[in-house]
Amino acid sequence: MSLQVEKHPQPYWNPYVAGIGLGLVLLASFVVMGRGLGASGAFSSLVTVGVQAVAPIHVAHNEFYSEYIGDGTKSPLKDWLVFEVLGVFVGGFISGSLAHRVTKVVEKGPNISTRGRLLFAFAGGGLMGIGAKLARGCTSGQALTGGALFNVGSWAFMMMVFGGAYAMAYFVRRQWQ
Amino acid sequence: MIAPFFKYGLFGDDVSLVVAFITGIGFGFFLERGGFNSAKKLAAQFYFTDLTVFKVMFTAIITAMVGLYYLSVIGFVDLSLVYLTPTFLLPQVVGGLLLGFGFVIGGYCPGTSCVAVATGRIDAMVYLGGIMFGILVFGEVFPLVSNFYLSTPMGQITLPQLTGLPYGLLVFLVVLMALGGFVGAEWVEKKMASKKAGASL
Repeated sequence: MSLQVEKHPQPYWNPYVAGIGLGLVLLASFVVMGRGLGASGAFSSLVTVGVQAVAPIHVAHNEFYSEYIGDGTKSPLKDWLVFEVLGVFVGGFISGSLAHRVTKVVEKGPNISTRGRLLFAFAGGGLMGIGAKLARGCTSGQALTGGALFNVGSWAFMMMVFGGAYAMAYFVRRQWQ
Repeated sequence: MIAPFFKYGLFGDDVSLVVAFITGIGFGFFLERGGFNSAKKLAAQFYFTDLTVFKVMFTAIITAMVGLYYLSVIGFVDLSLVYLTPTFLLPQVVGGLLLGFGFVIGGYCPGTSCVAVATGRIDAMVYLGGIMFGILVFGEVFPLVSNFYLSTPMGQITLPQLTGLPYGLLVFLVVLMALGGFVGAEWVEKKMASKKAGASL
């Protein structure tokens, strides 16, 4: 018998307590920076840097990428959202480690293969990437931040996110149930 | 008024990146605490079995909303200096729909996928690859969609400005709506749990 004690993952916090914590982080960001949270924008900077390394002239002629390049005096990675998202990885890891929730695992229901789940993950990520760019933000930058600021576009966006997800849920239920 | 501190010049761009990193740590910490590193838990929102997404999100929204309103009423924060993304209604509606599809198909949204990657979720790593592929596709077709991207512009506009209702009244209404939603969410979860228990007998 092994002497090592198996550390079980602890349960998640009460959602309302976690929500208050998240809301206070958002409020602090409003007060300290005058801006809210974000996520997808950081990956746009990363993609822009990647494309720029391969095809610099192509990037210079594309309005989408050139917005992330700016005037070219600093790297697109020296950006507020890029540093914030780096923090998100660290914060998630700290919280997960403290609660023994860091495990190498594929999240899926019992009725789908790992390969199938990963294909869905990639496809869903792709749709999310396109949608977030079209909407000028994702769940963090639009729904959460814009929601708290009564931003008209954010509220329209948020309704559509829930509407779209509920409408699609039936068709991908085998993945989760 | 003395806030937002950055807008009042209390610190510069380089310090703002340190603030960004610390803010991100807080953001990631509470996302993980709430269970947003698990695609199964996130997706359960859309099958009515676990409404954590709604509960965490709306608790966060009303906490920040009420806090910001209070701090502006007492003259601490200048609300007009808090950045508001301009509204382009139609592309945001279509973008929101695509994002909703992507949420339930992929199991995450961009922020939650970062936390999931940090806690070892392999599907989240693939999902993040998908996001970057999607952004690349958007960037490449941008010249073709830029007219749509810039259509129906409404400028920086808030619901109080659009409806003419007082800011404080709207804060009150959203809080009421959220509290009603929480009561409803608890009821739905209980119903679904007893249905499941009944089905497995």
